[in-house]
Amino acid sequence: MMNRILSGDRPGSRVLAVLLLAIFFGLALAPFLFPGIKALNVAAKVLVFVVLVASFDLLLGYTGIVSFAHTMFFGIGAYGIAIATTRLGPTWGALAVGTLGALLLSLLLSLAVGLFSLRVRAIFFAMITLAVAAAFQTLASQLSDFTGGEDGLTFRMPALLSPSFEPFEDDFLGVTVDGRLISYYLLFAAATLLVLALLRIVNSPFGRVLQAIRENEFRAEAIGYRVVVYRTLSSVISALFATLAGCMLAVWLRYNGPDTSLSFEIMMDVLLIVVIGGMGTIYGAAIGAVLFLVAQSYLQDLLRIGSEATSGLPWLAALLSPDRWLLWLGLLFVLSVYYFPTGVVGRLRAARARPPA
Amino acid sequence: MSARDLDWKPLALVPLLALATLPLVGSPSTWLTLTVAGLAMGMIIFIIASGLTLVFGLMDVLNFGHGVFIALGAFVATSVLGSMGDWTGSSELWRNLVAVLPAMLVAMLVAGAVGLAFERFIVRPVYGQHLKQILITMGGMIIGEELIKVIWGPQQIPLPLPEGMKGAWLLGDAAVEKYRVVAVLVGLAVFALLAWTLARTKVGLLIRAGVQDREMVESLGYRIRRLFIGVFVAGSALAGLGGVMWGLYQQSVVPQMGAQVNILIFIVIIIGGLGSTGGALIGALLVGLMANYTGFLVPKAALFSNIALMVAVLLWRPQGVYPVANR
Repeated sequence: MMNRILSGDRPGSRVLAVLLLAIFFGLALAPFLFPGIKALNVAAKVLVFVVLVASFDLLLGYTGIVSFAHTMFFGIGAYGIAIATTRLGPTWGALAVGTLGALLLSLLLSLAVGLFSLRVRAIFFAMITLAVAAAFQTLASQLSDFTGGEDGLTFRMPALLSPSFEPFEDDFLGVTVDGRLISYYLLFAAATLLVLALLRIVNSPFGRVLQAIRENEFRAEAIGYRVVVYRTLSSVISALFATLAGCMLAVWLRYNGPDTSLSFEIMMDVLLIVVIGGMGTIYGAAIGAVLFLVAQSYLQDLLRIGSEATSGLPWLAALLSPDRWLLWLGLLFVLSVYYFPTGVVGRLRAARARPPA
Repeated sequence: MSARDLDWKPLALVPLLALATLPLVGSPSTWLTLTVAGLAMGMIIFIIASGLTLVFGLMDVLNFGHGVFIALGAFVATSVLGSMGDWTGSSELWRNLVAVLPAMLVAMLVAGAVGLAFERFIVRPVYGQHLKQILITMGGMIIGEELIKVIWGPQQIPLPLPEGMKGAWLLGDAAVEKYRVVAVLVGLAVFALLAWTLARTKVGLLIRAGVQDREMVESLGYRIRRLFIGVFVAGSALAGLGGVMWGLYQQSVVPQMGAQVNILIFIVIIIGGLGSTGGALIGALLVGLMANYTGFLVPKAALFSNIALMVAVLLWRPQGVYPVANR
């Protein structure tokens, strides 16, 4: 049964299994375990990023394609919800229209980019997607009538999902049941389903072909698989999942702007999470997202302490300033590519595989 | 390459683009101003892109961190020029040159030195692995950008032109800014120097031979490794020089400028054919002209026009205007 749900892709390491269970139950019970609005926000962000990063891993880790346009599709999802609910009002119909419209746009766009540029070498594709993503970001901030420009759009959700909705008078296990809680569980259910779907995809015969292409494109073609077709499909599927992650983000934040969903920093975060968690494993996305998003807030606090402690040495204090947290993440990133190329998941699995029991 | 088998079609694109926009712009004087501005911008982009395309063409390394050297060069220039207020403030051109030349030299030296370290610590472990190259040089870019913020601060710093280079010459009704002419001249000089080095000197011969058949050249007793590291350092230094020129062109510098310019450079070297110096020149001029014409005609489409240009060129020649053989 469990095997079925996980599509036969077992964690393959006891430590990893425990970690994954801890993450799963931690997220499932987050509103009860970690009180406070900030903690719930972090948990929701983790849910969105698990989906976003897992979808990117389908492209990077499984197919071996480097794309910098992934946040573009993420942004399309978020803008889809944002624009639809601003125009049509806070109804479920608007959510559906926004989601479907965004999916359709992502489908067409990823198909166009894929067919146009996946024939060429990996490096070409990386550069072309970088340029396309930059152009899209400019477009989003310039079409201000539609997207709210740099200010972005603030919108409302259907009554059931809005914070003012409180169906019960009494608290449940010390937590007020309100629209936010319902939204959180909507996100949780969506994330679980989407991650399981991705697991299903990568462990299907189709996923094996992608891995074959990653390992040796020439041989895959020689066996008879149309490499371009598989690559394009992989990039389309990955774009669709990223779009759904964007929809999730918009439902949670009830706001969207260029910096929230399109910025290049998010693309960097996604790359970092994939590398730290472990490329080529969907589980790595979950582990990496939790590690990264917790570190992101924690590291800044830690740096603040370090910076205050070294205030006598201006140089060191400047290096440890909380604003420079990206510097340390960058170093961590380079070091993980150096010494830790398979990420947390790869390491744990390798540690399990080494001593024959 | 002899004159007979010179592929002239891409060359003709530049004047064609310029002439085709003349009726759209309308006034010839505005058109001339725009054209000179476009050529100047193109030349600066070429200086930056030439280093990257060399590194790719010769070493098969795609350096996504190239932008760091641009920003580094520009910031070094702000420090050098800032400390030479007497010379930059003077309206005599030779005094300005005394200030700008050392700024450029120091910027090239610093960028080259950092390039050496970058090659050693970031690029060397990942030769031959494209995926990791993209990832790790991207990481190097983040680190470099943050270190620039540590040293110079995260804010925008003004980089005013020296007095003598400000202003414009009037050609009839058209105003041609002096600095743009300077930029075109510097760009032409860099191109001539590169072309001459690659085609006419022994170092150039060895580099070209090393690309063709590395083992063969090494077995003749030349150390291709060292030569290629030299190419990387030279590429970084050129990016530093381009950074100074770009900073003076914009008259201000921000730590993120490298990432911003990166996109333009990628478009340029894709158009040019990865690894081709001549292609990079044509690509850069096309991009510069296109950006200035569309900036005037349809300001909102400026970045799109460059992407459209890239798509159009790739539909015509999928490997770029001057495809580099055996890639």
